[in-house]
Amino acid sequence: MKENLYKYILGIADNSLILGQRMGALTGHGPSLETDIACTNISLDLFGQVRSYYQYAAKIAGDGRTEDDIAMLRKEREYVNVLLVEQPDTDFAYTMARQFLFDVYHFMFLTELQKSKDLTLAAIATKSIKEVSYHKRFSSDWIKRLGDGTELSNQKMQNAIDNLWTYTDELFHQTEADKAMVKDGIGVDVTKLKEGYYKQVIEVLEEATLNIPESKYFQKGGKEGIHTEHMGYLLSDLQYMQRAYPNMEW
Amino acid sequence: MATKNWPLWEVFVRSKNGLEHRHFGSLHAADAEMALENARDVYTRRNEGVSIWVVESKHITASNPEHNGELFEPAQDKVYRHPTFYDLPDEVKHM
Repeated sequence: MKENLYKYILGIADNSLILGQRMGALTGHGPSLETDIACTNISLDLFGQVRSYYQYAAKIAGDGRTEDDIAMLRKEREYVNVLLVEQPDTDFAYTMARQFLFDVYHFMFLTELQKSKDLTLAAIATKSIKEVSYHKRFSSDWIKRLGDGTELSNQKMQNAIDNLWTYTDELFHQTEADKAMVKDGIGVDVTKLKEGYYKQVIEVLEEATLNIPESKYFQKGGKEGIHTEHMGYLLSDLQYMQRAYPNMEW
Repeated sequence: MATKNWPLWEVFVRSKNGLEHRHFGSLHAADAEMALENARDVYTRRNEGVSIWVVESKHITASNPEHNGELFEPAQDKVYRHPTFYDLPDEVKHM
């Protein structure tokens, strides 16, 4: 089995799976009917994307595991999503800030992944990018609305951005598998996305009249399977059905 | 909740090029841009449309149901206003 490719696919898929789970968990709890449906739509988009990735990963693994096994039955340390996407929905500002900080990265990442020598990954990227383009527009709008809204909404959005900022740098870290895949022309060199990412993010924050966090101390670990305390709770929700009723199918 | 302060919008969707926009429903939004995005999420996520119009509900002037009698009933006994007393050539369709 192509170990590095398998790990590389999980690195992409787990981000969308965990963020999709976060957004999906808001179903019925959104601040208004309209935003509730919007969050659920984003979640469904992400779940649709991860199916393609995990199907491909299952094929590469070739050990009889299905896409569901890979998505639902790994242990916490085996998930390699970035810490940003597992952060909880403290309030709607957090939900949108998390989404925005990931969307800007996600869009840049998929733009590059379309050029991958791996045609399956390139095809998934091309299929996903329109959805992600909409996610980015939606979350950017909310950053501006809340940032440049009332005194209270500005304060809440500033608080969310300040607290999630520490998780942004990890987006541009590379695992060994990432480096190997970049070398083979399959993976995206995320270190090259960093400058453009912060430029775009800062543009939106400034338009939203928000302050740019000055913190230079960043959290990392998710890409190596070391997660924050929120991850276990998230997984217990996500995996409940497969754990309680093994091999259950839809 | 802030939602209570959001005005109501009416949503019109064109399902296909060549068809007219039809009223699909209504929703709440802070402004026109948000109304469009919400309409996209609420009404077109199953590929129902190619174009969306939104208009704030307060800009619509509606007839008063209490006046239905004077407005609509006089038309009920005037069958001759329908072109059913003419023999139409088969070539004329959609009358």
